[in-house]
Amino acid sequence: MTRETISTRGGNAVEVRGLVKHFGAVKAVDGVDLDVKEGTVLGVLGPNGAGKTTLVRCLSTLLVPDAGRAVVAGYDVVRQPRALRRTIGLTGQYASVDEKLSGRENLYMIGRLLDLSRKDARRRADEMLERFSLTEAAKRPAAKYSGGMRRRLDLAASMIGRPSVLYLDEPTTGLDPRTRNEVWEEVQRMVREGATVLLTTQYMEEAEKLAHELTVIDRGRVIAEGGVDELKTKVGGRTLQIRPSEPDELKRMADAVARAGLDGIAGAAADHDGGVVNVPITSDEQLTAVVAVLARQGFALAGISTHLPSLDEVFLALTGHKASASDTSEDDMDQQYAEVSA
Amino acid sequence: MSAATMTAPLSKPGADEGRIGLRANLRHIGALVRRNALQIKQDPESMFDVLLMPVIFILLFVYVFGGAIAGKGRQDEYVQYLVPGMMGMMAMNIATAVGSGVNEDFRKGVMDRFRTMPIARSSVLIAKIVVELGRMLIATTILLAMGLLLGLKITGGVGSLLAAVALSALFCAGLMWIFILLGLVMKTTQAVQGTAMLILMPLQFGSSVFTRPTSMPGWLEAFTKINPLSSLADACRALIQGQGAVLHPALITLAWVVALTAVTMPLAVAKFRSKT
Repeated sequence: MTRETISTRGGNAVEVRGLVKHFGAVKAVDGVDLDVKEGTVLGVLGPNGAGKTTLVRCLSTLLVPDAGRAVVAGYDVVRQPRALRRTIGLTGQYASVDEKLSGRENLYMIGRLLDLSRKDARRRADEMLERFSLTEAAKRPAAKYSGGMRRRLDLAASMIGRPSVLYLDEPTTGLDPRTRNEVWEEVQRMVREGATVLLTTQYMEEAEKLAHELTVIDRGRVIAEGGVDELKTKVGGRTLQIRPSEPDELKRMADAVARAGLDGIAGAAADHDGGVVNVPITSDEQLTAVVAVLARQGFALAGISTHLPSLDEVFLALTGHKASASDTSEDDMDQQYAEVSA
Repeated sequence: MSAATMTAPLSKPGADEGRIGLRANLRHIGALVRRNALQIKQDPESMFDVLLMPVIFILLFVYVFGGAIAGKGRQDEYVQYLVPGMMGMMAMNIATAVGSGVNEDFRKGVMDRFRTMPIARSSVLIAKIVVELGRMLIATTILLAMGLLLGLKITGGVGSLLAAVALSALFCAGLMWIFILLGLVMKTTQAVQGTAMLILMPLQFGSSVFTRPTSMPGWLEAFTKINPLSSLADACRALIQGQGAVLHPALITLAWVVALTAVTMPLAVAKFRSKT
């Protein structure tokens, strides 16, 4: 996966080559290459401890990499950190706002730190509060905000300086589905307005929803990359789940699908615990075909659904091992603390 | 990875643009001072040390111990001795608070935010010091007001009083670097506070703040002589009372301030950078 150039002329807002960051024996980032095209979203997918947070911290000047190069918005992260900080925004997994300050005061402070005049800082703060639906809560201390509100305030804080490159480190981890959707909408809006986003996530669904390109990392290394569809095909696309009205018919139904010889469908498996038949599919047409076969043969169906491969399934397909956090050495946050206390 | 990759030119070559000018730096410090002040507003209990300690300590020492130290009925005389010395003690006490503040900041995500922003990293520390000095001045004002209520006479005049306050403030600022360092090194705020107390107690009581060292055993008297707090207390006392040697204890205090700052400030800043 060697790439020959590192320049922003090619329309890449972020270029990373051979980036390495070790914490003692823990190879948090172990030679990562990646590109993010200007105005697009790159999803960095990986389980806990894969090195996602360490990667983002290197790219946002919070950590100095041990080796390799990274150029963001034309600035070298090691040699030009000050210039770089003018063009980036970071929203971490853990809210980086002052909890004792109100939402408005947080945003005003950040505006002032970004050299806005008092008037402009106030105006920009109100603008961001409005945009992130925080106007009503503007005067309350951030400590009293709900998780979703805090995340929105965090995003707003990152947007005050109109960054051209935005890092979102697991922006929806720990959020309920409704709040998660709100965050997604905001991210999509930022991209429409021209921002380049590097997004880390543990959720395939989130990656599919937001990212143009994906990079899958595991144990500090890139194990797969490409477009979302490309990657999905690689790991088997979606799974069609069919629930027969009669649980006894599971086996017969799976055989019927497998024997039908449908184009692109390799097989079907009866899941007796779940009471469903699982059929890996790669297109909507295949879904129709499977259902048609079952209809012809007179099966009664209680329900059908499709689901994207979970991160575990993606990892199993790509690496042959499971992505559960227990088999990775350390959580990203722990690494960070280890580094801080070292 | 090929060598060509490493040497390929950047599209924006040259030095790190965006050096932070003095005016911008002051603006950043101002914004961060405002932040610290708003935190206090949000959490008024954090001012208890500033508002109540001078009152409690002065009442405790004048009325509970004052009779035993200076003799029954001679509390009025003791106030003249105690209050100037307590200015030094307050300076030392407030200086310790900066440690827990810095420690707390670092365990919160907000420090990450500051570190990804185009500001001088030192402005975070400088803002903390400015706010703590403000707190020290409030504590000193309360202490002096209490002193005046209890019969303190400022015979040295206003100029000397201001000089005593300025000397205490310098001492406070010099001492803060130790506690900033402590706040950066230690893992929890409780540990910072505990360690600060351990440093504080012997220095405060093994000094000339509360009683004349001549009444102490020889070894302790010797300790009070090298204790910088004694020098500060003696200097403040001489300034406020308008009698006794000022220059000698003042110079020793200043020498301590310079020495402490010269040693602990670079260490604290280095630690701050390595953490940031």
